[in-house]
Amino acid sequence: MPDLIQMKEISKIYGNGIYANRHVSFSVREGEIHALVGENGAGKSTLMKVLYGLEKPDSGEILINEKPVTFSSPQDAMKMGIGMVHQHFMLVGSLTVTENVVLGYEPMSGIFIDHNKARQKVMQLSESFNLKIDPDIRTSDLAVGLKQKVEILKALYRGAKILILDEPTAVLTPQETEELFTQLKSLKKQGFTVIFISHKLKEVKAISDRISVMRRGEMIATVNTQDVSEHDISEMMVGSNITGKIEKEKANPKESYLEIKNLVWHDNNKKAVVNGISLTVRSGEIVGIAGVEGNGQDELIELITGLKAPDSGEIILLGKSTNGKKIRQRRKMGMAYIPSDRMTLGIAREMSIENNIISTKLDDKSIYNTIFLSRQKIKSLSKKLISDFNIKCRSERTEIGMLSGGNIQKVVVAREFSSNSKIIIAEQPTRGIDVGAAEFIHKKLIELRDNGCAVLLVSADLDELKKLSDSIVVLYNGKITAYIDDVSDVSDSDLGNYMLGVKKQSDEEIGRAYNA
Amino acid sequence: MRSKTWWFNIATTALAIAISLTLAFIIIFIVSDQPLEAINSLLLGPLSSVRNLGTVIEMMITVSFTGLAVSIMFQAGQFNLGAEGAFFLGALTAAAVATSLHLPPLILTVISILTGTAVGALLCFIPAILRSRLNADEMVSSLMLNYVALYLGIYILNNYLRDPDFGMLASFRISQEVKLTQFISRTRIHTGVFIIAALLIMAYFFIYKTKTGYSIRVVGQNIKFANYSGIKVHATIVISQIIGGAIAGMGGAVELLGMYERFQWTALPGYGWDGVIIAILARNNPQFIPIAAFFLSYLRIGSSIMARLTDVPYELITVIQSIMIILITATALLGRLKQRMIIKEAIANGQDS
Amino acid sequence: MDRILNLVFTTDFISSVIRVTTPILFATMAVLMSERAGVVNISVEGAMLISSLMGVVGSAYTGSAWIGLLIAVLSGIVYSWILAVFHLRLNTNIVLTGIALNLLASGLTVFILFLLTGDKGVSTALPSKVLPNVSIPLIKNIPILGNIISGQNFLTYIAILSVFVIHIFLKRTRLGTYIRAAGEAPEAVETAGKSVKSIRQKALIISGALAGCGGAFMSMAYLSMFTKDMIAGRGFIALAAEAMGKGNPILSFVVSLLFGFADALSNNMQLLSIPSEITRIVPYLVTIFALAIYSGRDLTKKKNPI
Repeated sequence: MPDLIQMKEISKIYGNGIYANRHVSFSVREGEIHALVGENGAGKSTLMKVLYGLEKPDSGEILINEKPVTFSSPQDAMKMGIGMVHQHFMLVGSLTVTENVVLGYEPMSGIFIDHNKARQKVMQLSESFNLKIDPDIRTSDLAVGLKQKVEILKALYRGAKILILDEPTAVLTPQETEELFTQLKSLKKQGFTVIFISHKLKEVKAISDRISVMRRGEMIATVNTQDVSEHDISEMMVGSNITGKIEKEKANPKESYLEIKNLVWHDNNKKAVVNGISLTVRSGEIVGIAGVEGNGQDELIELITGLKAPDSGEIILLGKSTNGKKIRQRRKMGMAYIPSDRMTLGIAREMSIENNIISTKLDDKSIYNTIFLSRQKIKSLSKKLISDFNIKCRSERTEIGMLSGGNIQKVVVAREFSSNSKIIIAEQPTRGIDVGAAEFIHKKLIELRDNGCAVLLVSADLDELKKLSDSIVVLYNGKITAYIDDVSDVSDSDLGNYMLGVKKQSDEEIGRAYNA
Repeated sequence: MRSKTWWFNIATTALAIAISLTLAFIIIFIVSDQPLEAINSLLLGPLSSVRNLGTVIEMMITVSFTGLAVSIMFQAGQFNLGAEGAFFLGALTAAAVATSLHLPPLILTVISILTGTAVGALLCFIPAILRSRLNADEMVSSLMLNYVALYLGIYILNNYLRDPDFGMLASFRISQEVKLTQFISRTRIHTGVFIIAALLIMAYFFIYKTKTGYSIRVVGQNIKFANYSGIKVHATIVISQIIGGAIAGMGGAVELLGMYERFQWTALPGYGWDGVIIAILARNNPQFIPIAAFFLSYLRIGSSIMARLTDVPYELITVIQSIMIILITATALLGRLKQRMIIKEAIANGQDS
Repeated sequence: MDRILNLVFTTDFISSVIRVTTPILFATMAVLMSERAGVVNISVEGAMLISSLMGVVGSAYTGSAWIGLLIAVLSGIVYSWILAVFHLRLNTNIVLTGIALNLLASGLTVFILFLLTGDKGVSTALPSKVLPNVSIPLIKNIPILGNIISGQNFLTYIAILSVFVIHIFLKRTRLGTYIRAAGEAPEAVETAGKSVKSIRQKALIISGALAGCGGAFMSMAYLSMFTKDMIAGRGFIALAAEAMGKGNPILSFVVSLLFGFADALSNNMQLLSIPSEITRIVPYLVTIFALAIYSGRDLTKKKNPI
């Protein structure tokens, strides 16, 4: 039987000059679950955006049922039965589930949208595919797992026969992931074709029929799932035999650098998003924070860095209270911060690399000639950091927005790590960047720890957390549900249970996060 | 080495100017019975006499002030359009001080200019503080403030400064000794030219070489990043707007003392808006302000000569300059070319990772 | 103070509030339509100015106020369409383009006026028409209320009607829903297969039509001629009104009435021998205060310590 989808020699170059896809060929059979794997930044999402009509390829062709097609918009792709569930949900928060599902294809009565009919259709769909959901609730009020169901319903409503899911499990707990997999398998039984993007090998092994591996914008291989081991896939993904371990000594924590006591913060709806968190990070250790997205991690970091002010509780940096102090004063006290949202928080996109480097060093006399900024001194500082951190660029005056994601993150890291800070807050430090850059940043973090820094690491990537952290704190619903002092000793399913709030340690055990 | 972006900005500006001038010629051909004469006086009129060229320089002084003022306010990412009101009130204040205080001439001149400067600073401070403390949109509040400045100014002129013996609504006469010296014969070019020259040089160093100037640029480029970096965002915004307002106010005072006998504006003179155009032409860079100011003044004087000698009205130029700035901000104009260049460079540099 | 109160509680005054609110209301609805689609349309001011001139010109040359109105509306649409093309297709900065379009309107109206009449200030040389006032049968006979509600200009009724039509349009029609979605989550609309740009373009065209009505009201009802820069910041006041109304048509209507009240007060305070320069400041000052107070409340508790 011929392949349902054939993508031939697809190339896509982004505005910043990066090859996202380089002569990629990819094909999918009807009725299979096909996993597309690769490290972050390998080009998986781009390839799927091309297939869904969101990106136009610079070269190459797409055949569906052996007929060449060109998609200039998602609508064209939908007509061919392709639906996509994006990594970041594409829902309009103020619209209801029904309105979101039918968006773009509303049943009408006269000039008005026929809400009753729309609602009925959504109900029918949700029952026939066993995707239970309240059709009248606003999607902004839905939990993550349910939002994903709305996205799947949206694709099915549009008549999709081929479903593309972009990293669907990234935001799900292990239990929600199980549920999703059951649904995908039942869809497969009903004749649907599923393309499943992931970089989590266990999941891929568990659900797919075939696997295609991408690396650095190129297609490496397509294999039958049953013929390969996780280890084999991993090797294809990273190109060498990396086991995911990193060389590091056992931590030797000393005095406490960052102390958080009973921290509480409410959002505009009076919900306690951070609800009484206490923890300590000491000199010479890395404390990791685990949790499903939206359980208070972002807010906790904003409170620690001074982007938000707590409603009660205290944060102590190097023995001094931070009450009323803003990020500026906290930086002076010895804090450095790698933000997760590096493009909007961490850089000024249209400024040069050197201008992005000096932003936190304005009080440093060494970049001035008397009162004026010294062009020469800034240049030599920038050149030094560019070579120390292996940043690939034409010159220190290149606009930072022209660099690739990994190199941008290296600039951010170079700036933050070169400020002689004692406390490093690292939020998703390697999300979306290439393996090489990630490895580099990991090594630097360990190096800083060994030099006596206190590191607080937040990551959605459990592997990264386990690899780097000396201890892990799990957040659920604004509270700590577990403190894990021996990271080598914890299983993913235990972590998952803590992350979901299914299991919770005793108060005494949790108290160790602060008192250990 | 200049960045690629820099060259693209230059090219876009040049293209925008070329397109809008072409459009101007087309309009002239459509509406005029003497198109060649009109185009000739538009393009060459300013060079036809020392007097005309002098007028260009006079106007260039004026709009350099407001251009610089607006560009500093825009650098901080604030669309504060209060330069218009600041200029107007700066001139009015200078007139008030110069006609009512009795001080030695040179001292009175300096005090007149400084009070005008202070009032301008105050006016542009209001939208800034409303934005930074209350998050009120600075563009709307500054536009409203311009109207407030206008009517308040007329009220003050009418009730406190008016010379009852003069035929029209105007202030008392400013004594000759207090005025800025016009030092080139057959023109009205005055010593304000040295003030603006000094200001432009200072502004260049301020914006590119000082901590505050750098902070202003960062705040303008990405306010969240500025705050994250530990830059005092509120203070930076407020300072930049005060500086901008001060320069506009000073511009008004210098204009009045350099060019006029009395204060007699009963409408906003529009130089604040010219400042916006110049800031956009110069892309907020102080070093390009004089070039942009010269260019705009040249076109203005050219078109007023054209209006005098032919049947094409002066307002043609306001139409053309608007089109010009729309085109300049059209990043997509050369966007495709830029994209192609970047890709070519990326391929030449090999895969980046 | 008593005199002001006596003034405010007359039917004439209340009737004049409704009259002067009309252009602000049209402008507010114009801003609202584009804002809900995610575009800040600051060139409503310019679009109104152009339309007010074109209405006068159109009615003078055709001899019909209705054709004048049609031409005014079309000019408003064309003007907004220009903004749409530059912003949506050529990626211009919306604020700078808006400023430029306002400057353009200011120059272009005088340019056209001069070419047609040889005058640069007013259009008295053009025999333009005005739009009729409408008395509503039955209601006009109700004491007090009849004098306020009936006898207003045709466009005043259209303006009030437009509030409710827009309310329903945004809630219940397909395009209305798309407009809301495009303003709130453009990427969701794009991935649902609808072009955000074309939705925004449609919203801007509706916005332009509303601005056109506002402009026509100014020169064919409020006054019976065009005068230079006659919109006098109403398009900008509308930006404040829309923001304070949080994008809700009904709420924005109420806020427009507040500004109309300030405007009417300013027109009438001259009767109380308060200098006209001072009274003319009132609407602008009210806008600044309203903007400051409203925005301040919005930020109350969770103001991030930037």
